[in-house]
Amino acid sequence: MEFAIETVGLTYNFGTQTVVKDLSLQVPKGSIYGFLGPNGAGKTTTIKILLNLLKSPTDQVFIFGKEINANRIASLKRMGALVEQPAIYSHLTGKENLVNRCMLLSINKGKADEMLALVGLTEAASKKAGKYSLGMKQRLGIALALLADPELLLLDEPTNGLDPNGIIEIRNLMIELTTKHHKTILVSSHLLAEIERTATHVGIINKGQLLFQGPIGELQNLGKPVVRIETNNNNQAVALLEPFKLDTIRKEEQAIFVSYNDREQIAHMNSLLVNAGISVYSIGKEKQDLEHLFLDITNPN
Amino acid sequence: MRSLYLSFFSEFYKSRKTLAFWAAIILPVVICGLVAFGFYDSSQRILKLNYSPMMYWYRLSSNTTNIMGMMILPFYVIFMTYSVNNIEHKNDTWKTIFTLPLNKLSIYSAKYLYTLSLVIICLGLFCTLTYASGFLLQFLESRFKFDQYSPIDMLSKGYLKLFLSVLGIVSIQFIISLIWSDFLKPMGIGFIGVILGIIVAVAGWKYAKFFPYSQPMITLNTGKRSNEIMTADFTLFTTEVIASIITAIGLFIVGYYIVAKKTIK
Repeated sequence: MEFAIETVGLTYNFGTQTVVKDLSLQVPKGSIYGFLGPNGAGKTTTIKILLNLLKSPTDQVFIFGKEINANRIASLKRMGALVEQPAIYSHLTGKENLVNRCMLLSINKGKADEMLALVGLTEAASKKAGKYSLGMKQRLGIALALLADPELLLLDEPTNGLDPNGIIEIRNLMIELTTKHHKTILVSSHLLAEIERTATHVGIINKGQLLFQGPIGELQNLGKPVVRIETNNNNQAVALLEPFKLDTIRKEEQAIFVSYNDREQIAHMNSLLVNAGISVYSIGKEKQDLEHLFLDITNPN
Repeated sequence: MRSLYLSFFSEFYKSRKTLAFWAAIILPVVICGLVAFGFYDSSQRILKLNYSPMMYWYRLSSNTTNIMGMMILPFYVIFMTYSVNNIEHKNDTWKTIFTLPLNKLSIYSAKYLYTLSLVIICLGLFCTLTYASGFLLQFLESRFKFDQYSPIDMLSKGYLKLFLSVLGIVSIQFIISLIWSDFLKPMGIGFIGVILGIIVAVAGWKYAKFFPYSQPMITLNTGKRSNEIMTADFTLFTTEVIASIITAIGLFIVGYYIVAKKTIK
């Protein structure tokens, strides 16, 4: 498989503190790679290394197969990025910010209007960017990242500050860019729910270490199977099932969730509850919620 | 080379609405305007002195350089170098610039050259407006003798020398504002430098010629004392000018290494 991004045992220190440890990312071409992790996990540092803003050790970072330090300009030509808060000139208008970037990249200035329309900022084109809301700044940052029509997009928490409509638009834009225009996107987030609908691949990082990497379907398989039970007395049901020392018993308002190892255990749980006089309204296998799975992976304790 | 060209015009595009850019234009217009007004206002007194045509020009131009060269030019340089780099610090755009497929040397050189361009625009305007105000004064008061001598050689040599003598300050302040994003350090260091420069130049310290903040003042004072600018003895590359150029070249190289090693945390 050809990778748009590949890191090989990448380690990076700020002074004596190791912020990225033995990281081996593999981002397939044409994928939307969700780079997940709690705040401070090392996501932004990794993105900065991928953009050569932080210098990586030799032969640890490869962009489209080329070592980043030896091919900085060639690699950056194929990349567009939005890192942390969008970096825009607040004394210039939204359009001027784009025109300035067009000048630097030798792109026709007409592309600025095209990008403004794409991110829905045409009406605010003549407004000073410093007066934009956070969501508008984020859109402008995305427009700047897309301006050169890069093959690879690195988006660091791109939906920060966006309203639900804006989030959906960005989500759809990412899907369109990969499906219609064959781009590769690495998108970081600390919320799995935010990208589970778009990402084709996921990498989960915590304390600088990669805990999981693979297609999003494989992430689902990591979780233990869970049975959802709805009864007339969930408190009593939990008390009855606890002595079995099952791995996970979670009680929610309507139902309880219990992990199991084989089908026989489900039948046993059912008869136990019924024999104790508890009415079982529903019992069935359920996929573990990805959000909880993400929390389980990043916080094993 | 193309990266340098693109970055240079981007610098102009970004800063064309800032005070640093407009100050390069407003400062000469205001100072030359005031000096010309003062000259016209004192016309009766000046006419009694019966100056030669050359002295009319010398008097007019030295009035301007005395006001501007000692204090205003160094402070403008300090403020302008701060502004050119602060655009990136304030908007957190270093990270964007360095993710563009542009050579770091070009990005850095374009900023430095743009800074020098603003100084050239400012001093070029001083020179041009001094020339224009001489003819305006002649038009307003026909007894003046501005039209009997061509000051182009005198003005261009004088302002070129002043430009070269200020290169040292430009380079020091450029590096300081490149490293530190806050207002106080470049301004504070620059202010102390200028005051120290004046003190050591006035006190006649023998090494003052090598202190960048003294060099513009020494250049102006030497010219004033000897009237050398009006004679064939004019020397462009005096010790303080050579020291200023060497300082600028040295610090330009140091600045590049700072930019090349700059990491965006």
